[in-house]
Amino acid sequence: MSRHQYSGNALIEVLHTAQELFGYLSPPLLKTIAHKLKLPPSRVLGVATFYHFFSLKPKGEHTFVVCVGTACYVAGGFSLVAKLEHRCAKAGHTTPDGKVSVETARCIGSCGLAPAVIYDGNVLARVTPDCIDAELNKIGVK
Amino acid sequence: MTTEELRDKQSEEVARQQALSNRILCCTAAGCISCGADGLRHALNAEVESKGLAGKVEVCGTGCMGMCSRGPLVYSSADHKLFGTVTPADAPLLITPDGAHLAQRAIDLQEPFFSRQTKIVLANSGRVDPEKLTDYIAVGGYQSLAKALDEMTSKEVVEEVKKSGLRGRGGAGYPTGLKWELVAKQIATPKYIVCNADEGDPGAFMDRSVLEGDPHRVLEGMAIAGYAVGAQQGYIYVRGEYGLAIQRLQTAIKQAEREHLLGARILDQGFQFRIDLRIGAGAFVCGEETALIASIEGKRGQPRQRPPYPPASGLWGQPTLINNVETYANIPPIIERGGDWFSTIGTASSKGTKVFALAGKIANTGLIEVPMGMTLREILFDIGGGIPNRKFKAAQTGGPSGGCIPEQLLDTPVDYESLAKIGSIMGSGGLIVMDDSSCMVDVARFFMEFCMDESCGKCIPCRAGTVQMHDILRRITTGEASDADLEMLKSLATLLKETSLCGLGQTAPNPVVSTLRYFPEEYETHIREKRCPAGRCNCSPAPQEASA
Repeated sequence: MSRHQYSGNALIEVLHTAQELFGYLSPPLLKTIAHKLKLPPSRVLGVATFYHFFSLKPKGEHTFVVCVGTACYVAGGFSLVAKLEHRCAKAGHTTPDGKVSVETARCIGSCGLAPAVIYDGNVLARVTPDCIDAELNKIGVK
Repeated sequence: MTTEELRDKQSEEVARQQALSNRILCCTAAGCISCGADGLRHALNAEVESKGLAGKVEVCGTGCMGMCSRGPLVYSSADHKLFGTVTPADAPLLITPDGAHLAQRAIDLQEPFFSRQTKIVLANSGRVDPEKLTDYIAVGGYQSLAKALDEMTSKEVVEEVKKSGLRGRGGAGYPTGLKWELVAKQIATPKYIVCNADEGDPGAFMDRSVLEGDPHRVLEGMAIAGYAVGAQQGYIYVRGEYGLAIQRLQTAIKQAEREHLLGARILDQGFQFRIDLRIGAGAFVCGEETALIASIEGKRGQPRQRPPYPPASGLWGQPTLINNVETYANIPPIIERGGDWFSTIGTASSKGTKVFALAGKIANTGLIEVPMGMTLREILFDIGGGIPNRKFKAAQTGGPSGGCIPEQLLDTPVDYESLAKIGSIMGSGGLIVMDDSSCMVDVARFFMEFCMDESCGKCIPCRAGTVQMHDILRRITTGEASDADLEMLKSLATLLKETSLCGLGQTAPNPVVSTLRYFPEEYETHIREKRCPAGRCNCSPAPQEASA
């Protein structure tokens, strides 16, 4: 925050850094940020909930982000979401044991590789529901 | 660095590259990286080391070479050959080519995919290492900025851009020269330059590829714009999802500042220009210019009423020039070769080239650049290589704001006016091909769901209208809708178009309107016969029994 001179204009940058450091934005964290940047807490919460990138809940040990952009939609991205929802948790949620988070993304710009999934930060190309099964079995999901 | 030093550095680097016995270019754009390009590059480097060829053979990572469907791609400069689907095990054969093994994976550079393209924006992508400033200088980088500062007044720069006929590549196609003139005329200071790299359209990856493959080109274009309109500060608003692009831009900005190509006293002259990055956080509406400005200011990305337009009152209420990545990337060649040269390419009203991201059901997925005025049929069947196995149904341009183009209109030339006439838009350049396994009603529903999620909620037509339209479309796909719903859908489409505050709401009905116009029979089959011709939707009798 000091890098941005505690300026309210830098709120989004600060939230980015905070999420990188802590994994997610907890309510006390948001309150601290609001206090330090001299912004109303409502404004900070408003911004944090407006943008998809910020997460207010902790993430699981492994994260699957399924791209549901147009190219992946045409290539069958939703069958992958269905697979993950069937085996793990609903999109946007984490399994109760905190093992796997399932998310969807609005196009990750890898349309040449559709359907694409980001699994723990790595882009998997031309994914089929069977690939998902294989990855889930590897990490021991029932 | 002075202009002379810049030229010296260029000839020095060109001489060094020519002295090498081979330069092996390895595509390290996002597409090839996810097919294993990083491992391949390490294997190539290790091979060069182990054979003691360091200093003779150089391995470079480059930006996107275009043919993403055949990645990872490697280009060998010595024998001018491009190879596809290369694995690390192939490294020894590439360093000392014995040809026989790899020949079958060589890609013919005379294929229409390559020969039909005209590269201006992507000229360096796939040729230079985006992480090395010297590579960009070797191909004449920053010479246009030098030319503008040394030989031209800022007014002359604006005139040159006007003469070129360049129009905004973000989608709407506003003449770039006029926009620059508007900002240049403003008396208030400071002025700001903003580069819109919030490429939110699903199915589009042009800006990402330009930023990843040739970041210095965009910085140079922005600096020239700064000089032309009298601004000293620029911002690039880039999507948070584009990690690699962000990292390469940060490197490029640092390198350029170190060599005085950005920052204070650029090229040892009085002009100063700084560029900072602003990272977006995943909101489609931030591609709208007033929402983007709000987001740079650290607020929610909600658009506001225009006028005043950003050239009069933009960032922090100051005159602001906003252009798209591809627009800025067009500037250095225009300054270097002149507006007259640029205006010879393209059609009467749409000059230059356009970059398209080909995706969906097409043989050659990847990144292409074609002159304006080429027909969609040429793009899809000559360059794109056609649709594998099944029958073509529709091409979608312009993302959620665009339309679906049916087969009978494939001979439409690609320019701003022609596409608008058939109910689509140029958009930023996503071009998605669908075959007969796609249901057009479900496609319309998919885009409406997108707009519904992405609506910022400020104005009611968009906030409530997208929800209503999505609900009707959903009921059509599940076989619960009636003819009255179809009428309601049409009237809502007009309502949204005419009363929404910003582009998102105004264009949200486009996919619905265009599919209703070209594929009305699909809607009717869903509603009257309760079945999906493409077999995609589940119009099962269950919900009907419940309603009956």
